[in-house]
Amino acid sequence: MPKVTYIEYNGKEHEVEIEKGLSIMEGAVQNGIPGIDADCGGACACATCHVYVKEEWLDKLSEQGESEKDMLDFAFETKSNSRLSCQLMLEDKHDGIIVNLPEKQG
Amino acid sequence: MIKTDAVIVGAGPVGLFAVFELGILGLNSHVIDNLDKAGGQCIELYPDKPIYDIPAVPECTGESLTQNLLRQIKPFKTNFHLSQRVEKLEKDKDHWLVTTSDKVQFKTPNIIIAAGVGSFEPRKPPIKNIERFEKTNLFYAVKDKNKFKDQTVCIFGGGDSALDWTVELSKIAKKIILIHRRDEFRAAQHTVGLARDLEKKGKVEILTCYQPLDFIGDQEIDQILVKHDSGDQKGFKVDSVLAFFGLKMELGPIANWGLDLESKSLKVNTTNFETNEKGIFAIGDICTYPGKLKLILSGFHEGALCAQECFKRARPDEKYVFRFTTSSSDIHKRLGVKK
Repeated sequence: MPKVTYIEYNGKEHEVEIEKGLSIMEGAVQNGIPGIDADCGGACACATCHVYVKEEWLDKLSEQGESEKDMLDFAFETKSNSRLSCQLMLEDKHDGIIVNLPEKQG
Repeated sequence: MIKTDAVIVGAGPVGLFAVFELGILGLNSHVIDNLDKAGGQCIELYPDKPIYDIPAVPECTGESLTQNLLRQIKPFKTNFHLSQRVEKLEKDKDHWLVTTSDKVQFKTPNIIIAAGVGSFEPRKPPIKNIERFEKTNLFYAVKDKNKFKDQTVCIFGGGDSALDWTVELSKIAKKIILIHRRDEFRAAQHTVGLARDLEKKGKVEILTCYQPLDFIGDQEIDQILVKHDSGDQKGFKVDSVLAFFGLKMELGPIANWGLDLESKSLKVNTTNFETNEKGIFAIGDICTYPGKLKLILSGFHEGALCAQECFKRARPDEKYVFRFTTSSSDIHKRLGVKK
């Protein structure tokens, strides 16, 4: 199972193993990690599962779709490594991935 | 003061179906929602996205589901109070007094909270203490466009609101500066084309791949600072700022009504979906109980059960009789079914 490290805005780290096939958003929600709201439940419709992906992992992820690009317009303080975690499905090659959580979701 | 059998907070699918369940029991209701239209998340977040788990409806969209629910409750001539939210809640013996942000007041024995994740509120740019400008020259919507006559107006965003107002206000403003975080716009391509034409004529300045860095001013915004993806910064004087960053959901004043909460959800019993306060019910995504599933169909069931308790509270002297819509002539009358 791929291991994901979520780093809260205050620096607190959560390292959890997540079943592959789940998204980084679902992994956070199932493990009760604060800082990912996922209001729409994974429909890529609300931009409240915004994360900053550690640079070295960016090119291992699937490319941004149009709807994710559009929704990122609404996220709070986006950067070049901003992604919506509901769109990031975990595979074995993502074992060890690190994501930072923004100050707030919107 | 409006007297009614029930006030429903939230015009999403679950709130709309609650109107129906109350209606067939002969109860009238008023619906309050902060959006300017009915449908809640279905209309605001995913009008075009498919839904496959509505019983007996193999496939629909957020929009078609809303339209069908509105058709289903049409016989009850429901009053909607849109673009406002409940601000105040007070107890008055067996009743509740409800006041909205537009100062509409209700007296009711039943309040049904069907507010989903909360009310939709504008998203704000990431600027510290931004609230101080909201009373002066920072806006999240245009109420009176004449306010912007002969002004230099800075518009943030890349969707239809941002582009539509760029084009519209360019007719009366001195200058429009449109700022967006990337070089693609979500807005209708026709409007983007109009804005690009206005840019060539010098009426509009379009800055892409820029994000707000700071708003400078005491009571009102005097200057704004923006930052390009490359790190370059730019600053300019403005008269007004319009920020169109979409909407987000917030629980809002509901959190302060003394209702038992469990991580942003309202705790209810599963007999009648009443909260810890008599006559205040919670249904749909906003309620929680052991085994709760955040499905539209669960919200429909919760609405049906809570309507029974609402009847007892609104009609304490009448006997409650369970009836099927198939065979009850009373229900047929309420639905306006012609024989």
